Amino acid sequence: MMAEPTSTTDIWVSGTEAPEVSEWMVSGTDEGAQEMERHETTERSVEQRGSRVVDDWVVDDTVDDEERMIVNMGPQHPSTHGVLRLNIELEGEIVRRVKPIIGYLHTGMEKTAETLTFLQGGTNVTRMDYLAPLHNELCYSLAVEKLLGVEIPPRAQAIRVLMTELNRVSSHLVATATNGMDIGALSMMMYGFRERELVLAFFEKTTGLRMNHNYIRPGGVAADLPDGWEEDVAEILERIPRALRDYEDLLKENPIWLGRTRGVGIITADECLAYGVTGPTLRAAGVPWDLRKAQPYSGIEAYEFDVVTGSRGDVYDRYRVRIGEIHQSLRIIEQAAGAMPRGDYKTGDRKVSPPPRQRIDESMEALIHHFKIYTEGFKVPAGETYLAIEGPRGELGCYLVSDGSGAPLRMHTRAPSFSNLQALPIMMADSLVADTVACIASLDPVMGDVDR
Amino acid sequence: MAHLTAPPQLLTTTLGKAMRWAQQQSMWPATFGLACCAIEMMATGTAHNDLARFGMEVFRASPRQADLMVVAGRVSQKMAPVLRQVYDQMADPKWVISMGACASTGGMFNNYALVQGVDQIVPVDVYVPGCPPGPQSLMHGILTLQDKVVSGELAR
Repeated sequence: MMAEPTSTTDIWVSGTEAPEVSEWMVSGTDEGAQEMERHETTERSVEQRGSRVVDDWVVDDTVDDEERMIVNMGPQHPSTHGVLRLNIELEGEIVRRVKPIIGYLHTGMEKTAETLTFLQGGTNVTRMDYLAPLHNELCYSLAVEKLLGVEIPPRAQAIRVLMTELNRVSSHLVATATNGMDIGALSMMMYGFRERELVLAFFEKTTGLRMNHNYIRPGGVAADLPDGWEEDVAEILERIPRALRDYEDLLKENPIWLGRTRGVGIITADECLAYGVTGPTLRAAGVPWDLRKAQPYSGIEAYEFDVVTGSRGDVYDRYRVRIGEIHQSLRIIEQAAGAMPRGDYKTGDRKVSPPPRQRIDESMEALIHHFKIYTEGFKVPAGETYLAIEGPRGELGCYLVSDGSGAPLRMHTRAPSFSNLQALPIMMADSLVADTVACIASLDPVMGDVDR
Repeated sequence: MAHLTAPPQLLTTTLGKAMRWAQQQSMWPATFGLACCAIEMMATGTAHNDLARFGMEVFRASPRQADLMVVAGRVSQKMAPVLRQVYDQMADPKWVISMGACASTGGMFNNYALVQGVDQIVPVDVYVPGCPPGPQSLMHGILTLQDKVVSGELAR
């Protein structure tokens, strides 16, 4: 159904006349736009409930219809990082408006989570953001542990930090690699995936899988680090900085790379805050917001690292921030590996973590605990909680409601890719059509994270 | 008169065999990455695993230029018509590899959102198990397909 165009006050595009701060804070943020009754007409409420779909863009009447063209990009497109679909309206070569259309990878994971016990839930959440599976597991496990109120042994916490920071490295390597490939630096693709294999080999050795590990579980981690892990981590710490120097040689002062990324896809700090953009995109805009510093989790406050920020908020700055964050993550990994505490890798609370194998032969009680945990799962006290960690793409949150049974009543994930993606129209407004893929790649959306 | 006594530089075969050999050797996959498996598919194509060894590294973005569709990942109800359309756009002869548990059976997601097996939409030639299958598994699947093509089992 074609609808009448309405006003654009919902979206403020950088470079246009900025509304009063108080005004756009109300109308431009989620709180304002989603409010149903007080400020909205009945008409608007119908739109917001989804009964009627209305295009909220203004059509500029001064432009001839002949010059305006709507191009569909995706969902099957090699540069949309999965199954993102964009409707792009072009005037000649200028992008006038962009509409991301999502849902092509909707897997119903939040619903599936309600059918799995708290212990099984990790297999589900790890498949959400498949480039950062360990972050998903950590976030979910921390939320469950918060409801349970269990203590996690220091070794488990250090292993968690070590593994998630390695995961951040591998995720940023893929982001940089695909960013390079989309703009035409094909060597970057080969380089990035080469170093990622190094990290993945360690993951496979530790967790048994290259991806979708289900390694971090409520109560600790699934297994202790393998024999000889120190050498593997030392090799990673030695080879990745060397590889990063290769990337710098390739890209940092490459005139083509600079031309394609400098001043492209700019998003300001204000816009980031208004749209809930987090992670490297927010930091590239100059806001030193990192949940590892702001709301430390899993003992990460004990490690020394810096928050990397940019200043211009363009594609180039986002690339620089990611490279900087790889360096900082390597710093954390070095500290975690150097001072790995001894002790248990999971909690000793037998109501939460299963007993060791040999105890089952010796003790009836251990057998009962083991049986109970794997059949009905452990019971989590009724309540609700929200817990967020700093994923490679931004604030990764888990909202969990328990009714006191063995499975969650509701599980919702605050996916950073989802929030970041809604800034794409802002980032791409009035840019060139060739910059589209650069903008998408620099946001690094993972569609599994967006659609879940 | 040496050229009369030398063995003839000839190779005799049947048209079918020659066709199957040609079909087997340069099977270009369409990029149909959907989820986690797509990352492993990309990893298979890059330097460490090097799919180029089997003449299959040329991932084509356009289905018109592709012979093989690797359905890499979970297929949602919303994506199913798109997948079928891409398959229909591919030129004959064409093959389909279903990569991973989700594409083959729906995997662990037995719910309202996912197509429970991509073989409900398109004919599948080879199923690659795993969640996600590693690059070696995918390569094994591709080699299995090549074997089946050259043996005539799946020749088109």
